[in-house]
Amino acid sequence: MSATATRGDHAVPPETWIGRLRGRMEETLPYDKLLPERQPSYVASWIYVFGVLTLAALAMIIASGVVLSLQGPAWYHLSSTGLFVNSLHFWSVQLFFMFMTIHLIGKFWMAAWRGNRAKTWISGVLCFLVAIGAGLTGYVLQTNFDSQWIAFEAKDGLNAVGVGAWFNVADLGQMMLMHVFLLPAVIAVLVVIHVLLVRVHGVVPPLDAARVDEIRAGSASDGGAR
Amino acid sequence: MGFTTLIPTDAATYLTWGWVSVSVPNLIAILVTLALLVLAVLLPFPTDRDHSEDDS
Repeated sequence: MSATATRGDHAVPPETWIGRLRGRMEETLPYDKLLPERQPSYVASWIYVFGVLTLAALAMIIASGVVLSLQGPAWYHLSSTGLFVNSLHFWSVQLFFMFMTIHLIGKFWMAAWRGNRAKTWISGVLCFLVAIGAGLTGYVLQTNFDSQWIAFEAKDGLNAVGVGAWFNVADLGQMMLMHVFLLPAVIAVLVVIHVLLVRVHGVVPPLDAARVDEIRAGSASDGGAR
Repeated sequence: MGFTTLIPTDAATYLTWGWVSVSVPNLIAILVTLALLVLAVLLPFPTDRDHSEDDS
């Protein structure tokens, strides 16, 4: 859909910044690109599934995390349901990192920054880095011996690089606020940006997609003789 | 008091090769991740053949 067609409804150019912003948004991400019904044939591969699987794991992490934050440590350490939801949160995180790592390796080997997709790649890298911070703050929030051990091992490393005064893993309140609000909010924003950029530029084709298309076009013009 | 059994007090077993040290749970997670990656690359994806023929 061309920019002219999307702006066709506006006989007069918008005079306000809201109108200009709307025009820009309609031009950059029309609804058929935002919510496409069909995908290119090369997306029919398991390696293309892991981005969505990462999102699904993230949704489960957020849902179980909301329940944990509402109920509190006594509930999730001592009641059967609490232990179940705690484990659900923990294993969702394991799957989240597994899926995200496979997504990262897959996209790295298909050079997913091609075709003006550098911002998509960078936003994904930022998601990964912030998720590591969210994971660490979660580990030190377990309120058990394991979390004590992790916090006091991490403390030495963080002090060694000079950030211990601002990011103090021994400060449970700071870790709590970072884990349940600050880092999830940053991840949410980054994920939205990442997904919107994927929709704007489309799913990256495999490296040999152009060659396969040429071969297919060649066989089609030969009447499928080859 | 059942809750005492819920506190993990046992450290994981660690495997060490020279400067490389990894706990068995972490090693399992890494191997499962790599296995999933290999399967994702090798296993065929179920496709709707009727649709793909319509497109060509």
